[in-house]
Amino acid sequence: MAVDEQLKIEMGKQGVFVTTLQELYNWGRRSSIWPMQFGLACCAIEMIATTMARYDLARFGAEVFRPSPRQADMMIISGTVTKKMAPQVVRLYNQMAEPRYVIAMGACAISGGPFKQGYNVLKGIDRYIPVDVHIPGCPPRPEALLEAFMALQKKIDAQPLTGEGRPRHLDAEAPGEFPVPEQGAHDLEPAANKSVWTVPVVIR
Amino acid sequence: MSPVSFKLAEMESWNRPPVVEPHGEGELLEIAMGPHHPSTHGVFRMDLALDGERVVKLKPVFGYLHRNHEKLGEGHSYLASMPFTDRLDYFCSLTNNWAYALAVEKLAAQDVPERAEYLRVILAELTRFQNHASAIGFLLQEMGASGTPLMYAFREREKILDLFEALTGARMMCNYMRFGGCRVDASEDWLKQTRKVVAGLPAFVDEFEAFLQTNEIVMARCQGMGILRPELAVNAGVTGPMLRATGVNYDLRKVDRYGIYDRFKFRVPLGEHGDIYDRYMVRMLEMRESIGILEQALKDVPGGPVMDPKAKIRNFRPKVGEAYGRIEAPKGELGFYLISDGTGNPYRYRVRPPSLINLTVLEDMCLGQNVADVVLIFGSVDIVLGEVDR
Repeated sequence: MAVDEQLKIEMGKQGVFVTTLQELYNWGRRSSIWPMQFGLACCAIEMIATTMARYDLARFGAEVFRPSPRQADMMIISGTVTKKMAPQVVRLYNQMAEPRYVIAMGACAISGGPFKQGYNVLKGIDRYIPVDVHIPGCPPRPEALLEAFMALQKKIDAQPLTGEGRPRHLDAEAPGEFPVPEQGAHDLEPAANKSVWTVPVVIR
Repeated sequence: MSPVSFKLAEMESWNRPPVVEPHGEGELLEIAMGPHHPSTHGVFRMDLALDGERVVKLKPVFGYLHRNHEKLGEGHSYLASMPFTDRLDYFCSLTNNWAYALAVEKLAAQDVPERAEYLRVILAELTRFQNHASAIGFLLQEMGASGTPLMYAFREREKILDLFEALTGARMMCNYMRFGGCRVDASEDWLKQTRKVVAGLPAFVDEFEAFLQTNEIVMARCQGMGILRPELAVNAGVTGPMLRATGVNYDLRKVDRYGIYDRFKFRVPLGEHGDIYDRYMVRMLEMRESIGILEQALKDVPGGPVMDPKAKIRNFRPKVGEAYGRIEAPKGELGFYLISDGTGNPYRYRVRPPSLINLTVLEDMCLGQNVADVVLIFGSVDIVLGEVDR
């Protein structure tokens, strides 16, 4: 339940700050998203460039890159996920504590990108783990990554604490672990996590 | 001249890594470092056997970023493979472009106009500069200087990337060179801007040197660490700053004189001990030499076309044959080996990556060192996983 905007301004004039618990809670969460220090391929270099002085990710409270998944809130899939690497990516995601978010950065992480025809390239990490924000580009510019951060912040801001659409850590029924694929004879098994990803319908 | 004869036992002693005997009793600790490890520059795994802190055995595990470059190259036309070369060593896309263009030009006996040659040299040396600056930044980051030297390096890198973007339209994946020249011409404004940026580079190198060269921690952790012997380096096919740090004078810009490198005056910096500090120093000095080449090249860029008018881009079908084009990429000898069967696609498209071959001597450098120094030795090799696994 949001506070009436007009009331908020009126009270503000009298030196009283009015907010809801949800707003305060989400404000705290979105202002200190700690990403995981985790680079896969070319996009990782643009991710590093985003943290450097010119683009300065610290403005969004997200400059603290944690090497351990236990301390991270967000994972940036920055680059091509190969079939050899996919189980490890899912395992790292499982090790992160809730609330956790995923940004799929670049064409490869979304769909396999230019290497989609390759025999060893996963056609999108969203087959195994839920992705919150997709950024296209090969590689996306640092500005695009900042845009993704802002989109994620908006998403966190809009999350209610109860009821439908609440974050996963407040939802007892949300899955905590996602099955780690295994190397099969020809491909990863299973080829996709059915609860996360369904075969898209082609509209002709 | 008498034929060179090697004694088998001697050769074996070159080729085998030294055996490190564990002290005392008890079991060795086996750990897997990577593929997710903050120091592995991407996805690389080392299986280490440790005796306390000392490394007794090291097994590198490759393939976490295997993106089928060679197979994809066989399925694409010659021109369509050009964007894939950008993504091999994603720090230096322009030198990758050049090596591939050189191989195809050799295959098709294609000439390159003067102006395009100059532009290629300018772009390659800018690439070398930003690669070495970033490599030193990453090395220092692994030493514990979390971020600060890297910030200095990236400040300079952004300036150079702006130039790339202005000319080619992309910051990292430039896809700029073509068989017989370059894609678009550089404007007079761009050359002026480049001269301005190049004039500012020596101040950056001075600053970097003043901070790092005699820094106590850098000297303590780099000097005498990760020594590579010149015989082993030559035997293993190591190239680039890694090889020159051991004292072997081998720079393809001097040996092959590809492009127009015979017109420029520059020296090849050599190391003496082959340790991490020498590799760092060689990179630092190469940055200075690159500035020298840039100044000479930018002084008189000739006019004329950037593309040979007779060059064929669409429906390009070279005659049956094979060619190997190689250049001195920032990391070492980068070569492309192409076999043509007369069709539009290469029959075989093979990449000779410097990073992978420089990495093969990792175990020799790391044995007997502490596990904390393995991170540093690994960083001093300066690899990019996109090129190692391809």
